[in-house]
Amino acid sequence: MKRYTWLLVFLLGINFLSSQECENTLSGRVIDFHDGVPLEGATITFNNRTIVTDVTGTFTIHKLCATAYAFTVSHEKCNSQVITLDIAKISSKDFYLEHHLNELEEVKVAGNTNKTTSAQEKTIGSDIIEKYRSASLGDALKEITGVSSLNTGSTIVKPIIQGLSGSRVLIMNNGVRMQDMEWGDEHAPNLDINTAGNVTVVKGASALRYGGDAIGGVVIMEPSKIPAKDTLYGKTAITGATNGRGGSLSSELVKGYENGWFIKAQGTVKRFGDVETPDYILSNTGVFEKGASVSFGVNKFTHGWDAYYSFFDNKIGVLAASHIGNTDDLINAINSKKPAIIRDFTYKINNPRQEVTHHLGRLRYFKRFEELGKWSTQYDFQYNQRFEFDIRRTEELSNLPSIDLELKTHTITSDFNFDSNPDFLWGVGALFRYQNNFANPDTGVRRLIPDYNKYDAGMFITAEYTITNDIILDAGIRYDYNRMDAEKFYLKSRWNEREYDKDFGNFIEEDFNSQWLTNPIFDYHSASATMGMQYIFKEDYQFRFNYALAQRAPNPSELFSDGLHHSAARIELGDLRIDQETSHKISLATQKSTEKWGWEIAPYANIINDYILLEPVDVQLSIRGAFPVWEYRQANVTLLGLDTKLYINWHKNWKTDHSFSIVKGNENKKNTPLINMPPPNIDNSITYKNENWFGLQMSLENQYLFRQNEYPSNISVFSPQQDRDVFLDINTPPKAYHVLNADTSMEFEIGEKSKLKAGVAINNILNTNYRNYLNRQRYFADDLGRNFLLRISINY
Amino acid sequence: MNTRKFLSMLTLGSLLFASCSNDDDNPAPVNEGELITKMTVSLVGGGKTINMIVADEDGAEGPTPPKVTVSGDLSTNTIYNGTIELLNESVNPVETINEEIEAEADEHQFFYTANSSLNITTTYTDKESDYKKEDGTAFTSTNPVGLKFTVTTTDAGTGTFTITLRHELNKSASGVANGDITNAGGNTDITQTFEIAVK
Repeated sequence: MKRYTWLLVFLLGINFLSSQECENTLSGRVIDFHDGVPLEGATITFNNRTIVTDVTGTFTIHKLCATAYAFTVSHEKCNSQVITLDIAKISSKDFYLEHHLNELEEVKVAGNTNKTTSAQEKTIGSDIIEKYRSASLGDALKEITGVSSLNTGSTIVKPIIQGLSGSRVLIMNNGVRMQDMEWGDEHAPNLDINTAGNVTVVKGASALRYGGDAIGGVVIMEPSKIPAKDTLYGKTAITGATNGRGGSLSSELVKGYENGWFIKAQGTVKRFGDVETPDYILSNTGVFEKGASVSFGVNKFTHGWDAYYSFFDNKIGVLAASHIGNTDDLINAINSKKPAIIRDFTYKINNPRQEVTHHLGRLRYFKRFEELGKWSTQYDFQYNQRFEFDIRRTEELSNLPSIDLELKTHTITSDFNFDSNPDFLWGVGALFRYQNNFANPDTGVRRLIPDYNKYDAGMFITAEYTITNDIILDAGIRYDYNRMDAEKFYLKSRWNEREYDKDFGNFIEEDFNSQWLTNPIFDYHSASATMGMQYIFKEDYQFRFNYALAQRAPNPSELFSDGLHHSAARIELGDLRIDQETSHKISLATQKSTEKWGWEIAPYANIINDYILLEPVDVQLSIRGAFPVWEYRQANVTLLGLDTKLYINWHKNWKTDHSFSIVKGNENKKNTPLINMPPPNIDNSITYKNENWFGLQMSLENQYLFRQNEYPSNISVFSPQQDRDVFLDINTPPKAYHVLNADTSMEFEIGEKSKLKAGVAINNILNTNYRNYLNRQRYFADDLGRNFLLRISINY
Repeated sequence: MNTRKFLSMLTLGSLLFASCSNDDDNPAPVNEGELITKMTVSLVGGGKTINMIVADEDGAEGPTPPKVTVSGDLSTNTIYNGTIELLNESVNPVETINEEIEAEADEHQFFYTANSSLNITTTYTDKESDYKKEDGTAFTSTNPVGLKFTVTTTDAGTGTFTITLRHELNKSASGVANGDITNAGGNTDITQTFEIAVK
């Protein structure tokens, strides 16, 4: 297009230049597209002449011929524009340039993509994601102080933010809130970390535009930006690991055009066999993951749209020895110190296993309005399917999944960001969501999660006000409505035992002999709000204060669970009476960052009223033996914690990093500790870096996890096998441990544009035996032993 | 779900979004495949039959505790022939679970644990090769299964007698073939304790 313009000007110029009188004048202003501010020092170039705008953004060009000219309008940090004007017809013109701070920020590499002004947050970029290509999102996020994980083995990893996980942590995948049955402890996020360019964790509910119920926090995964220029580039990464004897292959290709069009395709395959501890193989812990995504669209400055589709499929083996029939089996497993089933290494994934599939589709459109802001609207669809296969009484039954759930979600969101006044940014938005869950009855196992329809609507207003260059205030409010409409079977004996017959008799729809079919419908109105301040002082100090109020409606598991959770050998009982939980979180962060050194101290207090928790309360006898009964209930709790960090650049090549985090969760009334709170941990690492030596980087890291000394008490259970009450030691945490890891990487230029990056890492160098309190398989087996990892990536 | 189906769903998505209404079709109840509601252990000897019965009408999922009955006392110095019948009475017609156990006899085994104050011993009287696989051929292996057994009483005594059914156990582990549950592993389908007396 540009070329043709030049050609046109050139031809017209030759024809008319000599014959025309050149006394025309063009005047006007160069203006910022967003806020209408005149741009001083903008240049207008044509035919070797350059004119510069004055303080008011005004220009006047004399001695123009009555012909067409191509003017190149430029300003520092702006995209230049070429505009063709026929001077014979026009004498004044205002040029709008795409000059905006937000836009520049978006183009910047990860590290500065702040989602909130005042909350505690942290972003990890591609340099860290690089190391976790063959692992999962939950593993990578542990690089952030205050983020830990709730594991089931080494492959099912749920992020915990400042002590909270599951439905309290909201995961945004490429602009879409993941709806993937996050309510289960053994349900990991169904996404491929290789699709991310950067991941931001907001530790709390302050990022209101994503949702009001993020009592734990928000994880925001974003793809890398595609520049609007003619380009074709890609990346292929191969990884391999000795532990699990597998690896991953991930590749992406991007084509961009100057006119804003782009197309991007990406795919990942990951396969591992059984992993091992220092002493034995963890049988049936293989994983086979496949992911692919494609996106295309137009990304212009004034408007754009894109379509995105991603597919994720994961088969995960669950440790064979962790499958238990009843409490006696669990006691035997705990006492045996070593898994009961140790087989030879294999890639084969047998029962128990999980098979999850997630499809995600998104259509997005945005438009910018001059001197007003940006409007974006989006529709997304998610389809999540989960199968869980157990070892059942017969082979025929084992071929049937014990859990077969299908979750479909449609969401429409729309928001407007008013950014014309850079000192006062504000935005409004709304959301509508419909979700349907289908639990297949062909499993031969009573549904733990019922069929349901869920309707959500939400709206928010957020604002950010820059008082001086050093002080920014932010605030926001949000309202959410949720309706849960379920079709649930209850055993009549359970219905009466829970005394639902007194309170919820109107829910009963139909009588099926020993069961009722019921139709519980619940409406929840939730309000959330946030306010905070950012203060920069003495140049390199920053202080952040934030208060966030958040309310979360109960998830289907908390409401409706009633029955045997086979993979945990426990009876889990939800409660229809459960209401929303309300969190008040106050967080502070003070940081200093200079070239030489820096630190951050970030304490927080999260006071949660009606916190929903699941804990063992009783034992139920049956023909299959005794089962511990875990009940959901609500209590007022307080979480107090501290995340700290320190880095020192000792020398131009040597750097050390240190971090420490601690959180204490307590139930206020009983003054008892909360279950599954991450133990304190200290992380120290030393890094040697030499840019001149092929970008050599070597680091040694020591992670120390304290023993969690605060945990709820254990329970006693009658053991038919031992014919007496036995102590069920399920809450006692394992010992403290430390693990030593090393990592080294180098970069090589190949050809003009391509770059090869190679890295080797050793995890658990000392082959330490340890068990982690937040790994649900700690009863049965040790954690992973030494692991050598190799990674090679080529950018081209 | 294949990609084409997904894409068509995506396209229809917005339409569905507007038109999705609560289906009038009620969901179907689940037919529990693994439910055992009743175990009857019959001991025949000395011209008498003693039945030990456990009935758990709502299974492991339900809150109702199992009802346990023992029809009488055992006599001293008697050999009893024992048989076990497993039923799922929550369905109509009643389902006999024995057939399932027999067809996968190599994956199942009963264990009998008697309190030493009872002064009794138990012996398996069946083996895998007594039973036929689902395809009609008989097992060739000869490990015990335990649907049939004998109880031999000596002196008088009282105590508990526990019957356990395991699947996917390690039948070759030490002592398992002789009825010692210690090293058996596997998963428990039934475990029930009966208070009995030998008089």
